[in-house]
Amino acid sequence: MKRLEEKVAIITGAARGIGFTIADVLAENGATSVIIDLDQEAVDLAVQQIDDKGNKAIGLAADVTNTEGIASVFKEINEKLGKIDILINNAGITKDGLLMKMKESDWDAVINVNLKGTFICTQKVCRYMMKKRSGAILNIASVIGLMGNAGQANYAASKGGIIALTKSSAKEFASRNIRVNAIAPGFIQTEMTDKLPQEIIDNYAAAIPLARMGTAKDVADLCLFLVSEEAGYITGQTIQVDGGLIM
Amino acid sequence: MDIKAKVTEIIIEELGVEAGEVTIEASFIEDLGADSLDTVELIMKFEEEFDIDIADEEAEKLTTVGKAIEYLEKQLS
Repeated sequence: MKRLEEKVAIITGAARGIGFTIADVLAENGATSVIIDLDQEAVDLAVQQIDDKGNKAIGLAADVTNTEGIASVFKEINEKLGKIDILINNAGITKDGLLMKMKESDWDAVINVNLKGTFICTQKVCRYMMKKRSGAILNIASVIGLMGNAGQANYAASKGGIIALTKSSAKEFASRNIRVNAIAPGFIQTEMTDKLPQEIIDNYAAAIPLARMGTAKDVADLCLFLVSEEAGYITGQTIQVDGGLIM
Repeated sequence: MDIKAKVTEIIIEELGVEAGEVTIEASFIEDLGADSLDTVELIMKFEEEFDIDIADEEAEKLTTVGKAIEYLEKQLS
């Protein structure tokens, strides 16, 4: 039997990038991955890719900042698939800029999607998990939320907030056997980082003890462990997957 | 609608208690073994089943079976 056989896993922001790889890896391990993202077309494409491998996925277009929308999408999933076992709060954006010049709208947008979106999805999913007295929630934070970064005050604050939210929700839900953990990826190669100049990438890599950028698969493999039963005694933690960048 | 019967049914299901325990005087926390999460779930279930909104300050007062029935009967009349 596969590790996540019969499990229903919702992954937000999963049409591409790290989110998609997480959905792909969980489906590979037997879960039904529910892909949530903004754009229906991108969602359908992601589902198709998982489907082509003979694994299970469904997709729904939704915005994590829309409370009503998320509530109704989760309800639909619960009705269709009978339960929700796993939630991975991965949806996130960046709007970088030096704090001195940062637009308030850029601050708000990043906090809204990354932090408030995580809160909304957690709140809307927890009832289904409480009812069945089990569940695993995993929040994708970032090493930036631990160490800060010039030009990313909004992003760092949102990710630091996610880490604190993780701890509080872990404490609130523990009596219902719902585990909540966070992952703090370091410098991961994605479409987003592919746009960076080589010099910057080299500089980052030089600071990483394992001397390379991480891959989406590195992150997804840790996700797989943390949402599986093998991690049954782990809750409220933030685990770094960063090649030793910060220790 | 028999609100009392419906409320009793919800409490039995949500808190996993026996029908005989759900007396008018029974306190959710002290007598029926509910914790703080249970009471929140219970209020949300009432809201859902009876299609009403129960404000937090009202919800805090609904500490016993009788108080919940009385409140819901008043709201729904």
